[in-house]
Amino acid sequence: MTRTTEIVFNGDLPLALHTLADGEGRPLLLLHGLGEQSPFRRPEWTRVWPGPVLALDFTGHGESGVPVSGGYMPESLMSDVDLVLAVHGPCTIVGRGLGAWVGLLIAGARPDLVRGVVLFDGGGLAGGGPQPPTPHVTVLPVGDGSTPDPAALAELSRDPRPPDYALDFVRFALEDSPLDHPIVVSSRIRPDWLAAVAADIGVVEMPLEQAIASFM
Amino acid sequence: MGETDETRTFPGARSPDRSWSADSSGLRVHVNEWGEPDAPIIGLVHGGFDFSLTFSVFAPMLADAGWRVVAWDARGHGDSERAHYYSWTADVRDHLAVITSISDEPIVLLGHSKGGGQLLDLLDGRPYLARAFVNLDGLPSQFSSPDVPDRERRRMRRADLTSGLDRRRRRNELSRRPDTIEGLAARRQPMNPRLPSAWLEFLVTLGARRDGEGWRWKIDPLLHLGGFGPWRPGWSMDHLASLEMPFLGVLSGVVDDPMGWNSRRRDIEPFLPPGGQLEFYDDIGHFLHIEQPRFIADLVLDFLGRLP
Repeated sequence: MTRTTEIVFNGDLPLALHTLADGEGRPLLLLHGLGEQSPFRRPEWTRVWPGPVLALDFTGHGESGVPVSGGYMPESLMSDVDLVLAVHGPCTIVGRGLGAWVGLLIAGARPDLVRGVVLFDGGGLAGGGPQPPTPHVTVLPVGDGSTPDPAALAELSRDPRPPDYALDFVRFALEDSPLDHPIVVSSRIRPDWLAAVAADIGVVEMPLEQAIASFM
Repeated sequence: MGETDETRTFPGARSPDRSWSADSSGLRVHVNEWGEPDAPIIGLVHGGFDFSLTFSVFAPMLADAGWRVVAWDARGHGDSERAHYYSWTADVRDHLAVITSISDEPIVLLGHSKGGGQLLDLLDGRPYLARAFVNLDGLPSQFSSPDVPDRERRRMRRADLTSGLDRRRRRNELSRRPDTIEGLAARRQPMNPRLPSAWLEFLVTLGARRDGEGWRWKIDPLLHLGGFGPWRPGWSMDHLASLEMPFLGVLSGVVDDPMGWNSRRRDIEPFLPPGGQLEFYDDIGHFLHIEQPRFIADLVLDFLGRLP
């Protein structure tokens, strides 16, 4: 099908939420990587999913709005996803790159609404590394509203992602999710945070399509 | 809403001599100034949930000693524009935008609390912005975090996350609760337990605006204490150790001040830049420049008087 788009608002800022496939039951929600946008058609690796397939353009990406003067944190993109959960109810999430990190955060913050998250490779997977990177402060140009927002690219490629911080979210998900294994790692690339997550006794590893199928 | 006197004064407080706006990548940042326009410049950066006019007693003391004192409101605070997003990084970038719009030459920078911590980040990356740096109880160390068990720490983080997400969901409905001047001052008192109610009531008339229902703080209701993500206090010491400009750090030793970092002299001393000066006062609270403005102003002026 040709994707259709609905608008969800984060404050006054519009977020583009695309439907890539119709269906009954719990949606599969795709989160893209840094600087990317939602796919225009359903990826082949989602064919196994019988329900609707949704894809969200994060703030500053794709067809979503661009805030004035940046200030991006993965935790604020988590609120983008939370607004989708508020509208559509429980979802299973597949996150690529930055979307994997945000997917882990929201799985921990809303364990009752995220019915499984699959962490996969993609742009912005490592962020700024486990420690703050070498300081680099610069005045960003005034944006023209186009995406990807340069402020998003600058700020979301430098945010620190300490492994112990990631493990807090693993614990939140494991403690309160109705699923036995709410987090599946399918990525081949493992920055420090993701290596720690994958090594956790409550987290399982599977190839992407098998991981998606495990949450049906 | 009861009858109330709608104006307040405070001994020594003075309105700014000038106000203007700086631009930070399209966001309007409100700037206040005291002192002669051609005097040497000292920039003041306030802490979390404060605003530039909290320097209304301290700044005139520096101005009267021959300085052009420039202070600005963080995004979403005071009279600066509210933003869609707030972050430590964005605040640091806003400071850079204001400082570079004030002067092409290095200036003296002073930061209180969170403002001091953010200047540590900024000056590690942009050391040539400052000819000297004064930090008032804005030196978080790895010992600043409360000593709580892991389970409790996770519970607190979880509660913070959930309330943050809930606020975002209700963003368009959020507003600051209206009250009388006395009521707003009383509600701020737990954050500032050592400051007199007369000061807090005066602060309301600067940091709140009145509408048909009463006074409301100007600060964006989306903002809350915390919300720094994985940021941890000990990272600031890396920045402190990297500095090279003349440095004065002032620590409050009052351990039960709720807004303080609780850093101790021995936590900070190993990371002082070469020649750095560190003062510690166990009888002055976190808001040193408000509790003891004359004493702290004299300390700062003495330090500035020794600059090359």
